[in-house]
Amino acid sequence: MTFEKFLFYVFAAVLVFAATMVITRRNPVHSALFLVLAFFSSAGIWLLAEAEFLAIVLVLVYVGAVMVLFLFVVMMLDVDVATMRAGFMRNLPVGLLILFVLVLEMFIVVGPGIFGLDMIPAPAPQPADYNNTAVLGSVLYTVYMYPFEIAAVILLVAIVAAIGLTMRKRPETKSQNQSAQVQVRSEDRVRVVKMASEQKMEIKR
Amino acid sequence: MDFINSLWELVLWIWSFQVVQILVHIVMIVLPLMLCVAYFTYAERKLIGYMQMRVGPNRVGPKGWLQPIADAVKLMFKEIILPTQANKLLFLIAPMLTLGPALAAWAVFPFSPGLVLADINAGLLYILALASVGVYGVLIAGWASNSKYAFLGAMRSAAQIISYEIAMGFALVGVLVAAGSLNLGKIVEAQSGSAGFLDWFWLPLAPLFLIYFISGVAETNRAPFDVAEGESEIVAGFHVEYSGMPFAVFFLGEYANMILISALTVIMFLGGWLSPFQGLPLLGPMFDWVPGFIWLFAKTAFVGFFFLWLRATFPRYRYDQIMRLGWKVFIPITIVWILVVGFAVVYELPWWFD
Repeated sequence: MTFEKFLFYVFAAVLVFAATMVITRRNPVHSALFLVLAFFSSAGIWLLAEAEFLAIVLVLVYVGAVMVLFLFVVMMLDVDVATMRAGFMRNLPVGLLILFVLVLEMFIVVGPGIFGLDMIPAPAPQPADYNNTAVLGSVLYTVYMYPFEIAAVILLVAIVAAIGLTMRKRPETKSQNQSAQVQVRSEDRVRVVKMASEQKMEIKR
Repeated sequence: MDFINSLWELVLWIWSFQVVQILVHIVMIVLPLMLCVAYFTYAERKLIGYMQMRVGPNRVGPKGWLQPIADAVKLMFKEIILPTQANKLLFLIAPMLTLGPALAAWAVFPFSPGLVLADINAGLLYILALASVGVYGVLIAGWASNSKYAFLGAMRSAAQIISYEIAMGFALVGVLVAAGSLNLGKIVEAQSGSAGFLDWFWLPLAPLFLIYFISGVAETNRAPFDVAEGESEIVAGFHVEYSGMPFAVFFLGEYANMILISALTVIMFLGGWLSPFQGLPLLGPMFDWVPGFIWLFAKTAFVGFFFLWLRATFPRYRYDQIMRLGWKVFIPITIVWILVVGFAVVYELPWWFD
């Protein structure tokens, strides 16, 4: 067993363990933190697959931003686990059916008949100067230019919609105009009063 | 003699393992860094002391030189108090999550040409990713403490760090466009030229330089952006409940982060290990003998001084003003300047990009 293979199994074991914990822990904050661990392990696996850009971006975007906001929300919510689990037994058959369909679909798509080791041989390791970031960038901005731009526009629309939904001004709420506050000058607020000073005293040291 | 020879052979045999070599290199980076952190706290107390017409620590050792050591020993012997109903595991992991990324980022940091632990292509991305992971320490500490003040501090800190990360990332995009590489060593080499310190990126990327540094101050939760601590509003924010060594680790993490941000500012905008007189007719040869490491250290200390100076000068920002600065001022400026830099690079504007 090579060192890479050993590392792969370590990361894979941690990933499966963390993913299991995500759906079995009672405390939602613990679940979210295990999801972070799962992201880290999959980033490790992607690093082993020589996709360092994707691995680092996974940590940067999902661990560094998305999961922080997730935790932010989950920590503030007072989740009542008992009511959430109320319909567990009643919904179990439907859940199992969906699970079965999902596993079947995954088996059809990525089963051993299509993705087996004899179907797809292990890729040859890239030389040391191989730059995954540059390679991705060169195809992203040439071959896949239009899909990339369309995805960017869709995200922009989502941003505008999200801001539009939250930016509602109600007449009765009070708000501060920060630009005006920041640009205030001392002359507007402070008046210097000139008056005769007191008699100067000699201080003996 | 035989014994010494066999001992030497044993040492050589152990050294032949790559893991051992890497571990030794890590210790070679972390030990001086920890010493720097200790004396950075001393420098902060002394400098702010003099700025506020005080003397600062001057009792332990000559001129107070042993104060950081005394503080460390004191913190080590203090009791570690676990709050009732705190999540014990997370409570103790949180300080390590603050310190860990701050130390791990040094792996890709070039100290001199070629003198780097891991010379990876995507060094800049790696640093950005680790900087974004650092927020977990504060967030988890606030939640696991089971205290409303700690929780408020954590919430403030999370929102602030997420907001400033974007401006920081965009500033780094500008550097990456200007240098044409994500490798930190290559970024420094792209700043070398014949005009000394005028060749560095701080001049063509001046807005990004300022924004990166200010975002760095916000990212490390330092004054004037220290709403996460806000001792006059929420006691001490996320680390109210911490005592003894876990508190010390938080402290180490904060200062290690400050040194890291200073060093990265130097690498990306102030020419890293390059001499400020490089290529100048008279001064250039005069300072040729100074090793690059000294320049790096001096520049980092210079930028680090600004952290302390800012803290002594400015009052704490109000929370909504922090958000306004991050989202409405910094992000638009960075986007505009990335465009400017892009045009400069494409049309090979003279002096820096030709």
